[in-house]
Amino acid sequence: MTLHIDIPEETFGSILAKAFRNRSFLIGFAITVLVVAMALVSYVWTPYDVTKLVISDKTLAPSSAHWFGTDHFGRDILSMIMVGARNSIAVALVAVGIGMGVGVPLGTFAAARGGFVDEALMRLNDLVFAFPALLSAIMITAIFGPGAINAIIAIGIFNIPVFARVARAGALAIWPREFILAARAAGKSKTQISIQHVLPNIATLLLVQGTIQFALGILAEAGLSYVGLGAQPPMPSWGRMLFDAQTRMVVAPWMAIFPGMAIVITVLGLNLLGDGIADILDPKSRRQR
Amino acid sequence: MTAYLLKRLAIAIATLILASMVVFAVLEILPGDPARLMLGLNASAEQVELLRNQMGLNAPLVLRYLHWVGGLLSLDFGRSYTYSVPVIDLVRERMAVSLPLALIALALSTIIAIPVGLYSASRRGRAGDTIAMGAAQLGVAVPNFWFALMLIYLFAVWLRLVPAGGFPGWGAGVWPALKSLLLPAVALALPQAAILARVARSALIEVLNEDYIRTARAKGLPYRAVLWRHALRNAMIPVLTILGLQFAFLLAGTIIIENVFYLPGLGRLVFQAITQRDLVVVESIVMLLVVAVIAVNLVVDVSYAIVDPRLRGRQ
Repeated sequence: MTLHIDIPEETFGSILAKAFRNRSFLIGFAITVLVVAMALVSYVWTPYDVTKLVISDKTLAPSSAHWFGTDHFGRDILSMIMVGARNSIAVALVAVGIGMGVGVPLGTFAAARGGFVDEALMRLNDLVFAFPALLSAIMITAIFGPGAINAIIAIGIFNIPVFARVARAGALAIWPREFILAARAAGKSKTQISIQHVLPNIATLLLVQGTIQFALGILAEAGLSYVGLGAQPPMPSWGRMLFDAQTRMVVAPWMAIFPGMAIVITVLGLNLLGDGIADILDPKSRRQR
Repeated sequence: MTAYLLKRLAIAIATLILASMVVFAVLEILPGDPARLMLGLNASAEQVELLRNQMGLNAPLVLRYLHWVGGLLSLDFGRSYTYSVPVIDLVRERMAVSLPLALIALALSTIIAIPVGLYSASRRGRAGDTIAMGAAQLGVAVPNFWFALMLIYLFAVWLRLVPAGGFPGWGAGVWPALKSLLLPAVALALPQAAILARVARSALIEVLNEDYIRTARAKGLPYRAVLWRHALRNAMIPVLTILGLQFAFLLAGTIIIENVFYLPGLGRLVFQAITQRDLVVVESIVMLLVVAVIAVNLVVDVSYAIVDPRLRGRQ
């Protein structure tokens, strides 16, 4: 696949106008802002205190007092979802940061050098891809102990080859272009060219991949927390809430329904946002997933 | 062609060797002494030392690695510390649950995704396409274990059509066994089907814009025939790639799903083995999954090269 990513001649205003016409972008952006706002608000206010256990209020069905009901300790589910959003966002965000921080330099370096370096780096990528990510994440958290930090590392490691691959593919398409030739003729080093010319031109690709990995990170974190290897109680996390709900499906199905919907809506929002950004900034790029 | 095959095979083997080193190294640094675990806290230091020698845990690293790899090659995976039976027996027993589960899920996901992709691609931009792709967008966002919980609630708790979990074993008859695999398979398959449907749609749309499709239409072939005979066949390459990746993903996905449904499969075994520090079992299953992933990718790559000679030179 060849990618032609032209340096946009469009102004910021015209991009903004396009963004307002793009349905995916608008819905995705609205959902993402809502989830982030929810997480931020939880620092200063939640409907109920999530650290206080009110046993007399346990497994109450949704009502006007508790919109999403209460859990087996009498904690308000809505409040827990709000606080849990922090954990999901933090884990996914840092994991994307790790993936980009290591993967992008590796990928652009491989593309710039070519030859043996490129081959070796890409084979290393294949190696990481050969391990089913979830299984390896479980192994990593099992070795270093469960917890949010280790979950971040486990998910982050698997983001590295993804970003390396995307950065390399993007960079390879940029290198044969005329303006790169001009920069080389001007005597710039490969590193300078990579940073000054290649990176800005693959930023869109990376941004789109970033939102996808962010969404996948939230799913992965939920999975790890669900099997007890992610965030530890009493820190509320969406996956952990689902684990607690599992044995109480008959008496308190709302304990499972609402945290799950929080995950679905957040991931959906991020995916729509990614689609939207891809459409707006680069209509010709077709996302591969 | 032969050169390509050899190169591809060499890469696969090199990846395998590296992967085996990684697995071995990771489990070397895993804390916990298996000999101590087997004997319990009351055992004396001498007893532990004796058992460590018997188990070969005191041999040099390289020797232990070679011994382990040699064992893997001859299907002798060693003995499980916790179950005290050969790992290969455990794996074989658990495979009887996980492999059918993954295969049923793969089949379900294909059966759902391909017609949806075809439908969407042939009605591109119309209401049907928008609804189908909206549903797929939603499906991609659903965590399979949550979907599994919802399925349990709906079909096992409410409607009481299927058991909520557990596995009667194939000895109890094919139908009861299949019945208990049905919900887990659906839970695994649906999110995968959503991804596959999207890939199938975009691959089909790309193919439908090709000149030979116009030629086929121009010579008077009905649209349906063009779609099935010409478009679908040519769109299969990206679809097959995703299918190959998904098989590995499904095998790994069984880890969580088997825990949701209390199925005695490979996933549950590996999870228990990790928490019980049963290294031999963990090593063997991880390697088995890695071999499966590499083998499937190799087969997919090679089959492309056979189907489409243009792909041989490309990375």
